[in-house]
Amino acid sequence: MVNLIWLFFILIGFIVAAAHGNIAVFSEAVFDGAKTGVTICFSLISVLVLWLGLMRIAEDAGLLKKLSILLRPIVRFLFPTIPKDHPSIGYIMSNMSANMLGLNNAATPMGIKAMEELQKLNVNKETASPAMCTLLALNTSSITIIPTTIIAIRMANQSMDPFEIVGTTLMATAISTTAAIVVDKWYQRKALRNE
Amino acid sequence: MYGLITAISLWAIPVIIVFISIYAFFKKVPVYESFIDGAKDGFDTAIKIIPHLVGMMVAISVFRASGAMDYMLGFLQPVLNFIGVPSEVFPLAILRPITGAGSLAFTTDLIQEYGPDSMIGRIASTVQGSTDTTLYVLTVYFGAVGIRKTRYALKVGLISDMVGFAATIIICMLVFG
Repeated sequence: MVNLIWLFFILIGFIVAAAHGNIAVFSEAVFDGAKTGVTICFSLISVLVLWLGLMRIAEDAGLLKKLSILLRPIVRFLFPTIPKDHPSIGYIMSNMSANMLGLNNAATPMGIKAMEELQKLNVNKETASPAMCTLLALNTSSITIIPTTIIAIRMANQSMDPFEIVGTTLMATAISTTAAIVVDKWYQRKALRNE
Repeated sequence: MYGLITAISLWAIPVIIVFISIYAFFKKVPVYESFIDGAKDGFDTAIKIIPHLVGMMVAISVFRASGAMDYMLGFLQPVLNFIGVPSEVFPLAILRPITGAGSLAFTTDLIQEYGPDSMIGRIASTVQGSTDTTLYVLTVYFGAVGIRKTRYALKVGLISDMVGFAATIIICMLVFG
């Protein structure tokens, strides 16, 4: 599906640019996009280095293990394929906690670390395992409690009540996360049956 | 509640960092050495994501800059208008899963034009806050560990985005209506 979307973007972009008689915009956009991709990765470096360092301290202190024991029932339900006491669980839980607190730049390194641990369990290294798909589903629908960025924009635009969307955001995010879990479960069962 | 929420977002990171360090210190962990040990993987991970993110950003950039995205939004507008919800927010349904920066820019535009406290401003704010950029998250998370075959992950993400968008509109109409 990713292949199709990628091809669709490029092809339709080409056709529209050509039809507008403005093919120059195509090459310009290609190099712009490449630059954006690299820029984002470079801005990720500092965040990744910082949080992976802190996470190692938490891991060595046994904090991640504590967190995963505390939230074990949730993990057993969402990730039935992960063995008990696997190190990925602590990372998954800290990823989810960071998401909830709206700490986006902490959530990403923890999520990536969790993916790395899940990759160790993965049989086919180029294909996503069901557990990886579940972790991704939780992150794309992102369980946010405090949408910090948008509150700041509302404040900057003289909102009478910049926080009034916290409640609606919470409800919306709960519904989309529930949808993600339900749909993911459905595909997960299908995938596990086939294996 | 406002005070509490601002306080949480202000205090969360400092408290987490200090708590982890102090706790580890009392558990006799060599904190600085541990930090360095974990941190050294950060650079490699970021570099590993580059090909994935460049590939995805190129496609998205072409799609937007060529005007193709505007056409797509134009096609969908009449279908969506039908339901009787402010049609100005509909482009967000397509922008949000594809581009984080793009949808944030669009939301900011809507807030500036219609005001943060209008129905349009509230719906846009809620859409922006309640979900993440599916395509970006997929590219970064799977890219970091070298996953190429994404199986059903994208479908799950996009379906939950659609459900979330529909839910946002219904919730905002009920709460602020």
